[in-house]
Amino acid sequence: MNDVGASVLRTRGLRKQYGKGEGLVRAVDDVDLEVASGETVAVMGPSGCGKSTLLHLLGGLDRPSGGELWLAGQRIDQLGERALARLRRDKIGFIFQAFHLMDELTAAENIELPALLAGRSARWARRRAVELLQRVGLADRARFLPSALSGGQRQRVAVARALVSDPQLVLADEPTGNLDSQATVEVLRLFEDLHASGQTLVIVTHDSRIAATADRLISMRDGAFVDETRLTGGSAGNLGAVAGLTEMCEREV
Amino acid sequence: MGKIRLIARLVGRDLRRRPGPALLLVLAITAATATLTLGLVLHGVTSQPYQQTQAATHGPDVVALISGESGLSPAQAAAEVRTLSHAAGVTGYNGPFPVASAVLRYRGLTEGVAAEGRAEAPASVDRPKVLDGTWVRPGGIVLERTFAEALGVGVGGRVTLNDRSFRVVGIAVTAAVVPYPNMCGPAYGCVFSRSGPNNFNPGLAWVTEPAARSLASAQAPLSYLLNLKLKDPATAPAFVSEHPPPPVANSPVLSWQTLEAGYGSEVHAEQTVLTPAAWLAGLLAIASVAVLAGGRMAERTRRVGLLKAVGGTPRTVTVVLLAENLVLALTAAAAGLAIGWGVGPLLSSPGAALVGTPGAPAFSLSIAGLVVAVALVVALASTLVPAIRAARTSTVSALADAARRPRRHGVLIRLSRGLPVPMLLGMRLIARRPRRAVLSTASVAVTAGGIVAVLAFHATVHLNAATLSNGLGNPMIDRDEQILTVMTVVLVALAILNAICAAWTTVLDARHSSALARALGATPGQVTAGIAAAQVLPAVPGVLLGIPLGIGLYSVAVNGIGIIVPPVWWLAAAVLGTLAAIAALAAIPALADARRPVSPILQSETA
Repeated sequence: MNDVGASVLRTRGLRKQYGKGEGLVRAVDDVDLEVASGETVAVMGPSGCGKSTLLHLLGGLDRPSGGELWLAGQRIDQLGERALARLRRDKIGFIFQAFHLMDELTAAENIELPALLAGRSARWARRRAVELLQRVGLADRARFLPSALSGGQRQRVAVARALVSDPQLVLADEPTGNLDSQATVEVLRLFEDLHASGQTLVIVTHDSRIAATADRLISMRDGAFVDETRLTGGSAGNLGAVAGLTEMCEREV
Repeated sequence: MGKIRLIARLVGRDLRRRPGPALLLVLAITAATATLTLGLVLHGVTSQPYQQTQAATHGPDVVALISGESGLSPAQAAAEVRTLSHAAGVTGYNGPFPVASAVLRYRGLTEGVAAEGRAEAPASVDRPKVLDGTWVRPGGIVLERTFAEALGVGVGGRVTLNDRSFRVVGIAVTAAVVPYPNMCGPAYGCVFSRSGPNNFNPGLAWVTEPAARSLASAQAPLSYLLNLKLKDPATAPAFVSEHPPPPVANSPVLSWQTLEAGYGSEVHAEQTVLTPAAWLAGLLAIASVAVLAGGRMAERTRRVGLLKAVGGTPRTVTVVLLAENLVLALTAAAAGLAIGWGVGPLLSSPGAALVGTPGAPAFSLSIAGLVVAVALVVALASTLVPAIRAARTSTVSALADAARRPRRHGVLIRLSRGLPVPMLLGMRLIARRPRRAVLSTASVAVTAGGIVAVLAFHATVHLNAATLSNGLGNPMIDRDEQILTVMTVVLVALAILNAICAAWTTVLDARHSSALARALGATPGQVTAGIAAAQVLPAVPGVLLGIPLGIGLYSVAVNGIGIIVPPVWWLAAAVLGTLAAIAALAAIPALADARRPVSPILQSETA
C-alpha cells in the first residue's frame, strides 16, 4: 500500500435523489466515504448503481440532495457554482470515459485549459503542458488535434489535463471504458505511475484490472456501498499478477 | 493575460471549426448593418448636396420669379424685380433673365421646357455648373442634367423647341430652380407658363437671350427670373417675408431654404423606401440572430460542460460564448459599413440635378460608431439569455450533450393525433418548443410585411408611372425602383437566411427524436417533411399577419397619402410563394441531417 496521509475527501450520509413519491430514485444513498491523501480508491458495481453519480457529486459537478461533503478540510456541498468551479480547477482533476477533449484545441492546448482558466500565465501553462505531455509519453503529439490521436492517446492527454493544476484529488470515470486492450494497457501504466507518485485517486470502473491498481475497492449497488475490500499493496506488480494483467501487458505491448 | 489568451484561442478555434453557422450569423448582422448604414448615409444626403451645389454654382440666396401668367408687360415685370435688387441686405444680383415656355421634342418624346435666356459670359450669381460640353452659344442649348437624363439626350444631340432645332452643347446643374420633374411646385411656383402647353412636367434649359425671347408667344409669354445674393444668407427667409411678391399670379419670391426643401423632396421618396426597409431588415436580423444564437448555443452544450468541468466559472463560460458572437458582430459591422458605404453612392447619389459627387456619401465616424454599436447590441441582446442559460446548465447534463428538456404542451400533442406522419412530427416539434414557433411566426410576419410593403410600393409606382406624361422616364421613380430592388433583395436574402436558421435550429433540436423516428421506421422523407411542416405551420399565421402589417407599414411610410393596396392575385402569390419557399428551405438542412447515420446520434445522447 502507498503511504497515505490525512483525509483529503470525506462524505457523511451523502445522498442524491431524483423524483418523488413512488417515482423516487435514490441514485446515491447515504454514502460514507473517507479517502486519505495518496490513496487510490476504486468503486465498482453494475451499470446504473450510482457510481458515476457519486463521482459527479464528489467532484462538485452535481449537487447532493443531502449529507455532507468535505474536500481538503473544506465543506463543499453548500458552495455556489462559482466557488465549485474554482475548486474544480484548483483541487480536482477529472478523467472521463469519453475523454471530453475540446476537438478544436491541440493536445497541448487542451492540457493548458484549466491552468489558463485559473489565471496562470500562458508561458507557465505551456511549460506545464510540455512537462505533462512528456510524462504521459506524448511529447511528440503536442500539436496534434484530438481527432489525430488514438483513443489511448486521447485518454493520456485527458490524464495530463487532469494533472495540470497539481490537484489534491483526481476523479476518473470509467477511464478505460472506451478503449481497446492496447490503449487500456497504456492508461493502466499511467495510473500505476500516478499511484506511485502519491496522487490521491478515486476511480469508478467496470474493469477489474484498473480496480486492481487501487488500495481499496468499494462495491456499490442500488446507490449504496455494499462491500469494501482493502487490497494489499495496491500496485499492479502484485495484484496485476493475480488478475493476469502482467501477462496480458507483456503479450500486448 | 492567460485568460484573455484562452478566450481568444477558444473563439478563434471554434470559428475555424464551425464556419457555417458563424457565416450565417455574420450575414444576418451584415445585412442589417448595411441597411442601417445606407439609411444613415442617405439621411445625410438630404441636407448636404444642395449646399455643395449652391457653392459650386454661386447659387442665389433669393430668387424672384415673375410668371408669364402675371399679365405684366415685360417692362413692368423687369421694373418689379429690379426694385428687389436695391433692397437692404442685397450684395449682388443678376437678371432678370427672360424665360420662355416652349415645347421640346426629341426622338418622339415631347415635354415642356422653361428656356432661360442667358448671356454667353458667366454670370456673377447663379452660374450653372457645366458638367459636360460648353455653356450657351447661338444655336446651342444647355440642358439641366436631370432633364437631359430623362430625355436620354447628351451633348451633340439635336432637340427642337417650338419646332426650332437646337444642338445640345452642354449639360449643367443649378441651385436656382428645382430640377425636373419637380420644377413646378405649390411651395415654389412655376417659371413655366401654364397658360401655354399645360399638361407638362417641364424641364429647365438655357439658351441665349435672343433665342429665349424669340421662343415667346402670346399664348406663352416670357417669365422672368432675378437672382439675389444677400450679405447674410441665413436671413433669406426674413428677407422674403419683408419683401412680399407682387400681387400677381404665380410669381413668388423664394429663399434658398425653400429651394433646398424642393431638392430634398428628391430624396424623400428614397427615404420613404429605405426607412421602413431598414426597420424590417433590422427586425429580421434580430430574429435571425436570436434563432442562430440559440442554435449555436445548443451546439455548444458539450463545450460548456467541458469548460465547467475543468474549472470554468459560469461567468467565464458566458464571456467565452458572448465573445464569439461579439467578434462576429464586429466583423459583420465592418462588412455592413463597407457595403453601405460602397452601395451608398449608387443609391444616394445626390440626384442628377445636384453637384455632390457619387462615391463620397455623407459618411462619418458617428455613423460608423452607431452602426457598430447597433451590431454589438443586436449580438449581445440575442446572445445574452442563451449564454447565461448555457452557463447555468448542469455540468453533468451538458457533458452528456443532452438537449434542453422540452416542455410538453398537451393541447398541441392532442391536436396532432390522427394527423399524417409528417404533420404529426411537425406538430410535435412545435409542441416541444412553442416559443421558437412564436418567433418563427413573428419573423415570417415581418418578412411577409416587407414583401407586401414592397408590393404596395410597386403598385403605387406603377400607377404613378401610368399617369406620367409623354412617355418620359421619371428619374426619381427610376431611382426609387433601384432602391426598392436593392432593399427587396436585402429583405428576401435576410428572410431566406432566417428560414434556414430556424430550420437548422429545429433540426439540431430534433436530431435525437428524428433519429429515433428513423430507427423505428420513418423514412428520411417523412422526417424531412415533418421538419418542413414544423416550419410551415407557424408560418401560416405569420404570412397572413404580414398582409395588414405590410400595408400599414407602407401607409406609415407615406403618411397615409395615396396608398394603393396591391391586387389580390399579387398578395395570394406572395403568400403561397413565401410558404413554399419556407418549406423548401426547411427541407435542405433536414435532408442533410437525415443522411447522417442514426446510431452515433442515439449514442451521443445516451453517453
